[in-house]
Amino acid sequence: MAQKILIADDEPNIVLSLEFLMKREGYEVRVAENGDDALAQVAEFTPDLVLLDIMLPRRNGFEVCQQIRSSPQWRDMKVVMLTAKGRDTEMQKGLALGADAYITKPFATKELVARVKELLDGKR
Amino acid sequence: MSDGASLAIAFAITLGIAAVVGGLAGGVVWSGLGPEERAAAIEMLAPRTGLLIFVGLLGIGVISVALQPAIRSHFNEARRLAEEARIMLAANPDYRIEPRGTSGMRQLGEALNEFGGRVRELRAEVDVKIAHAKASVEEERNRLAALMSELTQGVLVCNREGRILLYNERARHLFAGGEPGIATLVGLGRSIFAVIDRNLVGHGLDAVAQRLAQGDAHPVAHFLTTTQGGQLLRVHMAPVRGLLQPGGEETTEQPEVTGFVLTLDDVTRTFEDDTRRDRVLHSLTEGSRAPLANIRAAAESLLDYGDMDDAQRARFLGVIAEESRALSARLDRTMHDHADSLKTRWPLENVLGADLIGAAQRRIETRVGISAKLDDVDAALRLEADSYSLTQALAYLAGRLKEALGVREVRMRLGRSGRNAELDLMWRGMPISGSVLQTWEEEPMRAGGEESPLSVKDVVERHAGEVWHQTDPTAQSAYFRLLIPAATAAVPARREAPATSSRPEYYDFDLFHQPGQSADVDARLLSELAYTVFDTETTGLEPSAGDEIISIGAVRIVNGRLLRHEVFEQLIDPRRPIKSASTAIHGITPEMLNGQPSIDRVLPVFREFTEDTVLVAHNAAFDMRFLQLKEEATGVRFTQPVLDTLLLSEVLHANQELHRLEAIAERLGINVVGRHTALGDAIVTAEVLLKMLPLLAERGIRTLGEAREASKRTYYASVKY
Repeated sequence: MAQKILIADDEPNIVLSLEFLMKREGYEVRVAENGDDALAQVAEFTPDLVLLDIMLPRRNGFEVCQQIRSSPQWRDMKVVMLTAKGRDTEMQKGLALGADAYITKPFATKELVARVKELLDGKR
Repeated sequence: MSDGASLAIAFAITLGIAAVVGGLAGGVVWSGLGPEERAAAIEMLAPRTGLLIFVGLLGIGVISVALQPAIRSHFNEARRLAEEARIMLAANPDYRIEPRGTSGMRQLGEALNEFGGRVRELRAEVDVKIAHAKASVEEERNRLAALMSELTQGVLVCNREGRILLYNERARHLFAGGEPGIATLVGLGRSIFAVIDRNLVGHGLDAVAQRLAQGDAHPVAHFLTTTQGGQLLRVHMAPVRGLLQPGGEETTEQPEVTGFVLTLDDVTRTFEDDTRRDRVLHSLTEGSRAPLANIRAAAESLLDYGDMDDAQRARFLGVIAEESRALSARLDRTMHDHADSLKTRWPLENVLGADLIGAAQRRIETRVGISAKLDDVDAALRLEADSYSLTQALAYLAGRLKEALGVREVRMRLGRSGRNAELDLMWRGMPISGSVLQTWEEEPMRAGGEESPLSVKDVVERHAGEVWHQTDPTAQSAYFRLLIPAATAAVPARREAPATSSRPEYYDFDLFHQPGQSADVDARLLSELAYTVFDTETTGLEPSAGDEIISIGAVRIVNGRLLRHEVFEQLIDPRRPIKSASTAIHGITPEMLNGQPSIDRVLPVFREFTEDTVLVAHNAAFDMRFLQLKEEATGVRFTQPVLDTLLLSEVLHANQELHRLEAIAERLGINVVGRHTALGDAIVTAEVLLKMLPLLAERGIRTLGEAREASKRTYYASVKY
């Protein structure tokens, strides 16, 4: 069974690429456009990995990440944070809140794909 | 000897003379009588002895009463002479006694005048010597004052108690209070804590003390503070250290800290500039990440997955096109909005373009020696420019034109072109190749023996501008154009103190020795006190009948010096009509009071101006009555001790008839100008007070308490308004 990825980002122009890439890598993909939606889909879709943008409407990526990490049943869910902020203080915050990886925009698609694969392979 | 005792002696002498005259007359008559006659006389007079003695005494009494006015006047005359002699000696060396009364008194008066003349000559000689000695000190002080006034930073020197000993105009300007046009919080002898939080200063002093203890040779502290006007100041604090006792043994002991120097920088603008710059940087870096990510992800997907279908491909290409357009628009917007913040930090000032052109014109005519004419010059256009280097650049180009082409005249033009200013240097003459002109633009500037490492191009680039040249071969005319960004708005001019002939008294180092003013004030010496001398103009003379203050003028005296630059002058809207009779006196018309603040806004500021000082006014009771009647309405109370120059004049010169301000001023040799403005009268009153202080000291009145006691005893003190 294909592994599942939830893409949480409100910008359609990046979602287009992310969705395309992940599907081409053979994952089952869903998209959430805001933080609330992301949490709802985490519960319902139970993805193996979440590509989580920080600047989400309603509930930001940090809060979503914290929610995921506070629930034991999602302990194994991988969280990759995507952000347009390049400060290392934020990177540290993301990792401290339980993200498995922190990727700064703009990024090389190959690296992103490799990182996702690496995380999911480790899980398998 | 008291007047009473003198009168008693005079009376006794009169009595004695009368007794001797009576006795002699009796003796002569008695000796001319025969023995029977004597017996008969005894027989006749014996029963009437009492009556005889009574008549005799009555006669003596009548004589002495008759003589008394003459005696009294004689003594009064003497006292008047004494007072006048004192005026001559202590206050006004030009004062001369008008000889009157008996010939003896006249002679005495003339002798005193002669004496006064000699004293004056002697004094003049001494004064010349003192002036010589003072001149060098004065010069040093002037240099210091000039240096201080030129600083773009505010400087304040305070003693350990936080009293201001020295300040410059910039410092005063930085702390100018919120009320426009009314008083200022910075002044000699004032407390620094009125403008900077006591804790901040204390904290700074602690830090300095700590560094001193650690053996730091240059212990300084820094802190930030905000002014009432909302400006952000960076304060640099350094200690003032006293001298070690000379001749003492070598010790590791540090000299005592006697005060501190504060240097103030207004960093409001820098801070705002930095904030703006940060925003630009932020919008250019982090703001670009997301659009770039979108483009890059789409582009890499297109490259890496060449097998995608056309619809998918079109969507990716759409993203790339859309995002790159948005990114371009963002860059344009940022450049437009924040162009000012992106300029290099060359120290540019906001200058009037016309001034710059004028300076260039003079420089070209004097240094290059050719005629420089002005064409259209936009008189309102302001530039962010380093006017010196721009002027230099224009003169240099004119110089090259003269050398290479023999140009005798250049013309200049200044106009606006969008956000920029066009500064043109035009000439007519032989055509010249563009590459030569370009070398002129790019070579280091040399003109009239002056060499600069910069080229015209460098200078223009530092202004974030451009320079180019254009030639019109047919018209044989050409020009250099310097395109310099125009300034957005004029920087508001600094409000300076009105120019006056005398040098500002911004310093008073004697205040280092000033004891705390809160000490028992009555015991303080008059010569050491700080005074606010004030005067009011009113709508009329009856405060209780609703007359109001329409003007307050005040000046301060600190350490025996009249501080002409620390004045308070404010017109007040009385909210009631002014009687024309009073307008005739003070010349204040209802129109002048339109738009002036009302008394309830002025009194708190005036109260602040008078803080920690003794109030002085001529006929103070009158002015104080007006102030007291406002206490309830405004909640502002003036509780300081008050001195009245009218009463002090009465104390000093009880035998002079006139105690009006003009009369006193004339007596004391004070030049009366600008009377009947509140400030003018306050200044005259202050000068009167300063002249009175040595006269009072001669009478043993040295402290405030003694002066107030003496004032109370005089007749005028019982007059109530």
